[in-house]
Amino acid sequence: MGEIDIFSLSFILSVLRVSTPLIFAAQAGLLSEKSGVVQIGLEGFMLAGAFSGAVFAHLTHSSYLGFLMAFVCGACASFLFSLLVVRLKTDAIVAGTGFNFLMVGLIPFLTKFIFNSTGSTPPIPIELRLSYEVTVFAFAVVLGIYFLISKTRWGYWIQFAGEYPDGLTACGVSVDKVRWVSVFLCGGLAALGGASLSLFLSSAYSPLMTGGRGFIALSALILGKWKPLPTLMGCLVFGVFDALQIRLQGVPINGFTIPVQWIQILPYVLTIVLLAGFFGRSQAPAYLGKR
Amino acid sequence: MKSFFGFLFGLFCALMIVLLAGESPLYILEILVRSSFGSKYDFGLTLFYMTSLIFTGLSVSTAFKSGLFNIGAEGQLNFSAICMVVFATSYPGITFPGSLLMILLVGILSGAIWGAIPGLLKAYRGSHEVIVTMMLNFVSAGISSYFISQKLQNPDSQNPESPIIGDAFRTNFFDFLNKLFPESPVNLFFVVAILAAVAMYFFFTKTALGYEMIAVGENPSAAERASISSKKFVVISLVLSGVLASGAGMNEVVGYSGQYKIGFSPEFGFMGIAVALMSNNHPLGIIANAFIMSVFHKGASDLDIETETITKDFSKIIQAMVLFGVGLQYYLNKYGVTFSFFNGFFKKKKLNSSGRV
Repeated sequence: MGEIDIFSLSFILSVLRVSTPLIFAAQAGLLSEKSGVVQIGLEGFMLAGAFSGAVFAHLTHSSYLGFLMAFVCGACASFLFSLLVVRLKTDAIVAGTGFNFLMVGLIPFLTKFIFNSTGSTPPIPIELRLSYEVTVFAFAVVLGIYFLISKTRWGYWIQFAGEYPDGLTACGVSVDKVRWVSVFLCGGLAALGGASLSLFLSSAYSPLMTGGRGFIALSALILGKWKPLPTLMGCLVFGVFDALQIRLQGVPINGFTIPVQWIQILPYVLTIVLLAGFFGRSQAPAYLGKR
Repeated sequence: MKSFFGFLFGLFCALMIVLLAGESPLYILEILVRSSFGSKYDFGLTLFYMTSLIFTGLSVSTAFKSGLFNIGAEGQLNFSAICMVVFATSYPGITFPGSLLMILLVGILSGAIWGAIPGLLKAYRGSHEVIVTMMLNFVSAGISSYFISQKLQNPDSQNPESPIIGDAFRTNFFDFLNKLFPESPVNLFFVVAILAAVAMYFFFTKTALGYEMIAVGENPSAAERASISSKKFVVISLVLSGVLASGAGMNEVVGYSGQYKIGFSPEFGFMGIAVALMSNNHPLGIIANAFIMSVFHKGASDLDIETETITKDFSKIIQAMVLFGVGLQYYLNKYGVTFSFFNGFFKKKKLNSSGRV
């Protein structure tokens, strides 16, 4: 492929960069879906995190504080979602769709209020931007969730809440409590994904900057069959294609320039092919989305 | 009507939010109403949005009926719109009755193909339809962007849009509905959308095919035992879903503008999910809820000009709150509290032993 060296360090670093938000969001979705709560609202949580991260980093002049506050804000936003879904038994797809709409609508409302702008936040100085420590943290989160799900009592509770909630009740553990906690963590982690988008991949919040990444994270999760490490692989696959399409833009191959759009749709077509060809049926948690 | 209280509750919450920004909720409500019903032009635009929302709402609900979640209505309407424009610009010589039939056929077929891909993959390869339809949204956006930017850019325009297709491919010159609303985009497809909703109602209540489709959605294994092939109905319902979504593309291309504009759909496909959920997948309820959603969508477009602090994104907040309210209504209905509009009292429903209504 001429100039593009897939195995160069810079390419690998760019893959890691673009997959960081996906890794956070997909692991967040995993926690929620493992506990039996369908999570369509990842996009909304990511937007909330991207926005609150950028705002707090701007106000406090510290990206780390912004990153931390993104977790707090996302986790707080998840209370609304859990109130509707876990406590009041609203359909999770209805609530998730509504939650995405709410974030899309609420953020311009807040930027108008705080910065009197039409949707973006003021950029933070370039030296304040986060770096690859975010990616390292993302990988640590994956390991943490792997450990949590398969080695701890809480993890088993979460799995039981998704597979056989009546069994959990019979053991004297509140299903609702387990789901509240998993959705709480899910909100915070997805928000970290959003914050890594606005503080690591760019330096401000711009309107709708997640651009469907919440849904791609959901795809990675399904591709990874609701398991932490395969889900990480799914995110990296999307990351490779995303980085590849950035590299391939406008580069002639044997004198023929591939139109940008063909390269942009490549990851999506390949996902469909991969899913149809190699992965087969997904094994969702048995009680996912049922009441 | 079951979710009317939830709807009012959602609207109330959304309007309370404007208090935070120091605006009067009544004033906002007045702007919303004035902007959607104020003039013939405004009302025509509201009906135009309503047409697309009926189509996408029907599309999403048809998939829901057989237990599938189609988040790809956006891609399906996009793909059918670009296919129709590509067809009409490639064969400009076709004369009138044939041309219109052909372009509608192309629209329907392309929508059907974009629905059949997830349907076939789900039925025979077990691919999750949510991923496939989501990915196809991106693919169709890429394809249309390719055609517009590399092949079909309108030379007379700075905007990313295709040239206008020939009059023989459009319904404008015999469109009686459009004549009633001068200058506004509402067109013949409004009637088609209503008819489609009524047709879907009869399809699901009066035909064996519709009944079998619901059976597959309710309980696939029981349906299998009654010799209803769930695979077949996964494909049929997603194809039907794609065809219905393509109506929203026709509404824009054949009925109104005659060209493909990048971003012509303000995410009708995703608003269709909200419409379908609000109406609990009832085809006639979709007409009513598409109307409500289009009023908010059109109404909010004037908020930018009329108020200091509230932007047109406020329509999303209203939609979200209404969805939450309708979702809550489900809880209230199920666990015993109902609000009867005519009696005006809260009533406790009797519960049976299992706690269900």
